[in-house]
Amino acid sequence: MKPAPFAYHRATSIEDAVAQLDDLDTIVRPLAGGQSLVPMLNLRLAPVNKLVDLGGIDALKRAEEQGDHIRYGAMLPHAAFEDGRVPDGSNGLMPFVGGQIAYRAVRTRGTIGGALSLADPAADWLLTVVALEAEISVVGLQGRRTLPAAEFVIGPYLTALDHAELIDAIVVPKRPRTERWGHYKATRKIGEYAESMAIALFDKGSNKARLVLGAVDGPPLVLEESAAEISKGANADKLSRVIQHELAASDRGFSPSKLHLHRTVSLRAIQNAGLL
Amino acid sequence: MKIDVTLVINGKRRTISVEPRQSLADLLREDMRLTATHLGCEQGVCGACTILIDGQPARACITLGVAVAGAEIRTLEGLQDDELMAILKESFHDKHGLQCGFCTPGMLISSWDLLKRKANLNEQEIRLGMSGNLCRCTGYQGIVRSIKAAADKWADSPSAREEAKG
Repeated sequence: MKPAPFAYHRATSIEDAVAQLDDLDTIVRPLAGGQSLVPMLNLRLAPVNKLVDLGGIDALKRAEEQGDHIRYGAMLPHAAFEDGRVPDGSNGLMPFVGGQIAYRAVRTRGTIGGALSLADPAADWLLTVVALEAEISVVGLQGRRTLPAAEFVIGPYLTALDHAELIDAIVVPKRPRTERWGHYKATRKIGEYAESMAIALFDKGSNKARLVLGAVDGPPLVLEESAAEISKGANADKLSRVIQHELAASDRGFSPSKLHLHRTVSLRAIQNAGLL
Repeated sequence: MKIDVTLVINGKRRTISVEPRQSLADLLREDMRLTATHLGCEQGVCGACTILIDGQPARACITLGVAVAGAEIRTLEGLQDDELMAILKESFHDKHGLQCGFCTPGMLISSWDLLKRKANLNEQEIRLGMSGNLCRCTGYQGIVRSIKAAADKWADSPSAREEAKG
């Protein structure tokens, strides 16, 4: 046995899970798919006195279409998106992203809510939900609240989740059917966390563009100036200059090599959207 | 404190008393004596411990035994009479898909799942599908050739056609 001993509770409902997490005397953590937490327990890097397993809560495993958005339960595994077992309103972006996280044997158990709660800066879903302007629904002792994905994550491994609060769903607006997307991920080895990754979105109908960059040592960066240039139909040279400028002006203090990498990855995402 | 967990392992219902921190891999190897499931890195990277949980591949080393109560677990031992697994084993033998054999159980389970899910795989797709399983002996060439040969043989088998229809 690799991890240090801990107690275990299999939650029967969201309310039960929240009640179990409300304990200030010991370190209690929720267990979602466990694909990041259990390795950390095995390595004894994550101190835990008690795990609250969310795996038995069916309410967290549903996906529902509700008018102009889709509500995805936090405990849906990446493979549910990859296999098209849940509805999609992103013109195929979410199934694509779900299919290239880590490896199949991880995607069958790792969940969208677990990945977002961990908030690894290089996590695929983090970038995706910010790009798609999703909202995160969280439940805690004070009931339920919803916040924009861009405000949910506040730093590397830091989220707006309060004491005894859990993500219960990810609410993703249905994107316009005329919107195109491009994704690019730079990684040394398939399945590893990205060194850089970007998603570009452009809707011809409304002439709206969005460019979001991930794996940037904190919340994903929404590159608004660069997106405005995409809307104006700027060429690759112009876009390259604007992206470089916008990245350099950000608060992340990128090294010259990182600037080069992130600019290249952003341009390739735009290219993959068929825009250059 | 130990917790009683009931699971179906290779078709047999079992109730086992486990500590919450015990991994499914340790449960299988130490409590069930099912030692085909190998442990390499024990942090979810190498893929040697890949098994099937409710028919889907998963890493037994980063799955807690207590978290899979009620699930149907299948290990390499539980696929002894499986037609596709027989084809894969023969191909790994013919095409030098293994040397020391440490990674092989995980390789077999992952490739079994890959061939069940996807037809007409090319070399690139096989490499992508198998990227979660590490081998330090073969250089992967033999493994990819083995899986390609098995995929071709499986495509010609009547059972594969039945499954594709279903």
